[in-house]
Amino acid sequence: MNAPEPIVDKAPPAATPARTVSGYSIPGQGSSTVISIVTVVALFVLWWVATHYGWIRDIFLPMPEKILKAFADAWRGDIQGGKPLPEHFWASLWRVFAAFLLAVVTAIPAGIAMGVSRIARGILDPPIEFYRPLPPLAYLPLIVIWFGIDETAKIVLIFLACFAPLAMSARAGVRSVMIEQINAAYSMGASKWQVIWHVIVPGAMPEIFTGMRIAIGFGWTTLVAAEMVAATEGLGQMVLNASNFLRTDVVIMGIIVIGVVAYLFDLLMRYVERLVVPWKGKAS
Amino acid sequence: MSKLEVRHLSVHYAGRAGRTTHALADVNLALDPGDFVVALGASGCGKTTLLSCIAGFMDYSSGDIVLDGKRVAGPGAERGVVFQKHALMPWLNVVDNVEFGLRMRGVPRDERRRVALDKLRLVGLEKFATYPVWQLSGGMQQRVGLARALASDPEVMLMDEPLGALDALTREQIQELILHLWWQTRKMFFFITHSVEEALFLATELVVMSPSPGRIAHRYKLDFGKRFIECRDARKVKADPEFIKLREDVLHLIHASAPEQDAA
Repeated sequence: MNAPEPIVDKAPPAATPARTVSGYSIPGQGSSTVISIVTVVALFVLWWVATHYGWIRDIFLPMPEKILKAFADAWRGDIQGGKPLPEHFWASLWRVFAAFLLAVVTAIPAGIAMGVSRIARGILDPPIEFYRPLPPLAYLPLIVIWFGIDETAKIVLIFLACFAPLAMSARAGVRSVMIEQINAAYSMGASKWQVIWHVIVPGAMPEIFTGMRIAIGFGWTTLVAAEMVAATEGLGQMVLNASNFLRTDVVIMGIIVIGVVAYLFDLLMRYVERLVVPWKGKAS
Repeated sequence: MSKLEVRHLSVHYAGRAGRTTHALADVNLALDPGDFVVALGASGCGKTTLLSCIAGFMDYSSGDIVLDGKRVAGPGAERGVVFQKHALMPWLNVVDNVEFGLRMRGVPRDERRRVALDKLRLVGLEKFATYPVWQLSGGMQQRVGLARALASDPEVMLMDEPLGALDALTREQIQELILHLWWQTRKMFFFITHSVEEALFLATELVVMSPSPGRIAHRYKLDFGKRFIECRDARKVKADPEFIKLREDVLHLIHASAPEQDAA
């Protein structure tokens, strides 16, 4: 018996314009950018119409152009308190970055120690797990009693807010390192400390970056809240002070500035993340 | 002359509720330089346990593993390991991965770079030295894994199903590469697989393992790898009637020793 001959398909006829198709999608698939833009524009139009036709009183919601004017006034310092907006902004930014950097240099080593050492985990786990779920404003009064009402108390408060998520993410990062990578390093003659420094620490970096994004967001939230309790400058204080004088336009402007800054923080962290851990989500 | 010996090796795992699992029972192996031992068997036959013991990742209950007259205790650079998942460091580029072990042992920069590039040339990746490893295909990553293990110039190469995750075509290419590396370096190779054809093609000594407890059930002395080195034609070697007959024999043995695997 002869072996079966392969059957050769003839080339298809010259192509007619093809109907492009996409796969059947799972719920929620596809881009939502256009819908989001339309939503934002619609909200602005609604705001403009509602204020210009007097549906809402000025004291509750000023016209959009008044917010812009409030921004210009605040920039020059032409608001209650007399401090220009950049001063408030730098005061807040300095506090949050000082505390964040302090947390980075302490919480990441602490979290890595918790990941690689039974003893460090035993010591650090109870205090961190106790204070982590507390709202920072709940222990602010205690911090004020201990550190006074000035800058130190605020920085300590933000530091504590950043510390827990950073330590937790560093610890989880240590756990995420593949055992094969660690064994590979050992079988190439690495010592235990070399494995920690050259395999576990870099392997934990993707998780640590997630923790840094969470921490700086959490720190910013806490800062603005702290400034509303006790401060003479800062974006939170500016908003609170304006509300005491029913300057709704300054309040809304301040909220927008705080939100934009928070968004810029996240963009910055994502940018640094792409530079430092480009393999995130790509390596197996 | 260096020699790796595994004598009367037994491993009992401490399981849950005080039960122990008998993972390996009285395993004996002897490797000289130039030997290519392949352990073949269904899952659960203890072949990975055996490799982990030789690599020093795992302690053993009784018996001895002796390399160059010294008892194996813990991992060491004289036993290079290639993993199923390549286990490369994604934060290092290709050549930095290959020279990682040399760097850990304090070899000067120029010297280790020279060695690493030399090993990359052996596996055909010298053009990719500065690439990030996560941009390479699975087959290329596994080549980097081979170069990395060779860079430490180990006496034994231990390979734990290194080709298991690759597609069939890439797999055959890298089988040929491994035979070339083996022939050029004349090191001891210990290789784990569950592919019968791969085992027959590579091994100078094939050990067929069977489960519960894991043990060596059959041994074959083979020379298909040498035949490939001579003729450079893998298809011809694998189409040889002798090869095909052995393949069916060994497949039959494995199915007979692991009937419960069929149901899974």
